[in-house]
Amino acid sequence: MSAVISTQQLTRRFGKTLAVDALTLDIAEGEVFGFLGHNGAGKTTTVRLINGVLAPTSGSARVFGLDPQRDGAKIRARTGVLTETPALDDRLTARATLTYFADMFGVPKANVRRRVDELLDLFDLGPRGNDKVGGFSKGMRQRLALARTLLHDPLVVFLDEPTSGLDPAAAREVHQMIQRLRTAGHTVFLATHNLAEAERLCDRVAVLARGKALAVGAISELAERLNRGQRLLIEIDGERQDQVRALLADLPHIQQIEEAHDHNGDTGGGALLRVHGVARGAIPTVVAHLAAAGVPLYRVEPDAVSLEDVYFALEHD
Amino acid sequence: MNWRAISAIVRKDVMVALRTKAVVMPLVIVPLILLVGIPLLLGGIVLLTERAGVTSSDMNELQELIPPAMQPTLEGLSATEAGLAFALVYLFAPMFLILPIMVSSVVAADSFAGEKERKTLEAIAYTPTTDHELLLAKMLGGWIPGVMVGLFGFVIYTIVVDFVTWQVAGIMLLPNVFWLLLAFWVGPAAAAIGLGVTVLVSSRVNTFQEAYQLGSLVVLPVVFLMLGQVSGLVFLDIRILLFLGLVLWLLAALLYWAGAATFRRSELMARLS
Repeated sequence: MSAVISTQQLTRRFGKTLAVDALTLDIAEGEVFGFLGHNGAGKTTTVRLINGVLAPTSGSARVFGLDPQRDGAKIRARTGVLTETPALDDRLTARATLTYFADMFGVPKANVRRRVDELLDLFDLGPRGNDKVGGFSKGMRQRLALARTLLHDPLVVFLDEPTSGLDPAAAREVHQMIQRLRTAGHTVFLATHNLAEAERLCDRVAVLARGKALAVGAISELAERLNRGQRLLIEIDGERQDQVRALLADLPHIQQIEEAHDHNGDTGGGALLRVHGVARGAIPTVVAHLAAAGVPLYRVEPDAVSLEDVYFALEHD
Repeated sequence: MNWRAISAIVRKDVMVALRTKAVVMPLVIVPLILLVGIPLLLGGIVLLTERAGVTSSDMNELQELIPPAMQPTLEGLSATEAGLAFALVYLFAPMFLILPIMVSSVVAADSFAGEKERKTLEAIAYTPTTDHELLLAKMLGGWIPGVMVGLFGFVIYTIVVDFVTWQVAGIMLLPNVFWLLLAFWVGPAAAAIGLGVTVLVSSRVNTFQEAYQLGSLVVLPVVFLMLGQVSGLVFLDIRILLFLGLVLWLLAALLYWAGAATFRRSELMARLS
C-alpha cells in the first residue's frame, strides 16, 4: 500500500528543547498506526507538524503527497484531528458545535443536519444535543470532540489520547469505533501512552522518547529485533530446576532461561521457567527432549511478548 | 476564499460573544451612559435651570463656539437652549466613535485572546481554512458587530437628542449630514481601527481581559478629540470628518495588511506548545 503520511528527518525545536528529533516515518493507507510515548515525548507536536499547523525547524513531511506547510488547508480538509484536550466552547450547545464545524469542514449543506444527528446518536449524545457543552462531563466532552473529528468523514484520523478521561465502557466504544474506521479503510494515527490500547488496535507502532523514534514496526517485529520474540513458559517440579536448565542449555537457539511468575504468584510448589529463543516450530523438540529425560511437564505455553515488554525494553536500551 | 467557513466563524464569534457577560456588560452600559444618560441629564439640567430662571455663564461661553453655519438653525433660541443643542449635536459627536471602537475591540478580544484562554484555538487551527481566511473571519467577526452597534447607537442617539431638544427648545436637529457621515463613514473606519489594534495585541497576550484593556487604549485619541472640541482647539466639520474618515480607513487598511503579513497559525500554535 502507498504511504499516506511520510516524514523525513522531521524536526521541531522550541528554544533549547528538541520536541521532535529527526523523525522518519511512513504510514500506509488503511493502517492503524500507534504513536507511543510518555507525556511530552513529542506526540502532539508531531500531529501538529503533519497537519501543517506548526512549522518544522528542519526536515519535511508529506501527507497525500502534499506539503503541510504549503498545502495545509488541502490536507486538513481530508484529515480529522482529535486534540489532546477537547477544545470545545462551553457556550455552544453540542448541536451548534457540530454544525459550526460541519460548515468549517465543508460538509454539504443538505447533509449537515442528518450528519450532526447521526454523530450525536453514535456517541450517545442525542438527548443532550441542545445542552450547552459547559454542563458536560469529561467523558461527554471527549465523545463530542470525537464526533467533531469524524464530521467530514476524513481519510486520515489523528487521535491524540482518545480514551483519556473515558470510563471503561466509553473507552471500549472508542476502540470499536477505531476498528470500524479500519474496516472502512481509514488510516488511523493513534497517539497514546496506553500500551494495552495500542497493542489491541495497532498494526504498527512507533515508540517515541524525547522526540526521537526509538523503533518503528509491528509489535512482533520489534520484539524480534530486541531478541525477545519467541518465548516459552514451562512449569516443572521445583527440585528439578537445575536439571531442566542443563537439559535446555543443550538445545540450539536457546538464548536465556529465567525464572518466571504467574500473575497470582502460585505455581503449587513447582517452578515456572521462561525460555527465550524458542520458535514455535521448536516447541515439540523442547517437549520431547525434556520428556525423554523423564521431566514431568505441568504446563508448556508460548509466552507472547507484550507491547509493554517492548516499550520498556526500548526505553531502557 | 472559503466564504462558508468565514461566515460560520463570524456567526459563531458574534453569537458566543453576545452570550458572555464580560462582553455584554460594557456593550450595554457604555452606550446607555453615552447615548442616553448624558443627553437626558443635560436636557434635564437645562430644563430645570430654564424653569428656575437661572442663566448659566458657561452656556453663554458655549454659544460663542457655535460655528456660523449652525447659527441659523438655532435662531430664536435662548443661550442655554442653543448651547445644549450645540453640545449634543457637535461637541459630543466624537464620543459616539467610542461605541464602534469599543464593540469591535471587545468582540475581537474575546474572539482571539478568548479562544486562546479557553483553549479552543487548536480545534479551529485544524480546520481547512487558510491563515488569511481565518484572519479575515476573525476581523469581520469583530467589525460587523462594531458597525451594527454603531448604527443602532446612531438611531438611538438621534431619537434621544431629538426628544431632548424638542422638550427644551421645540426643535429636532438629527439626523443631519454631519451625523450621517459620522455614523456611516467615520464610525465603520473607527471600528476597523479598534479591531485591528486589538487583533495585533491579542496575538501577543493570553487572556481576554489583557487584550481588551490594551485594545481599549484606542479610545484615547477619541477622548482627546472631544477635549479638543470642548476647549475650542479643534472643531469637527463636514470637511474634517471626510478627511478623518479617509485617514482612519487608510490606517485600518495598514493594520489589516500588517495583520495579514504577520498572522500565522503556526506561530500561534508554537506559543501554545
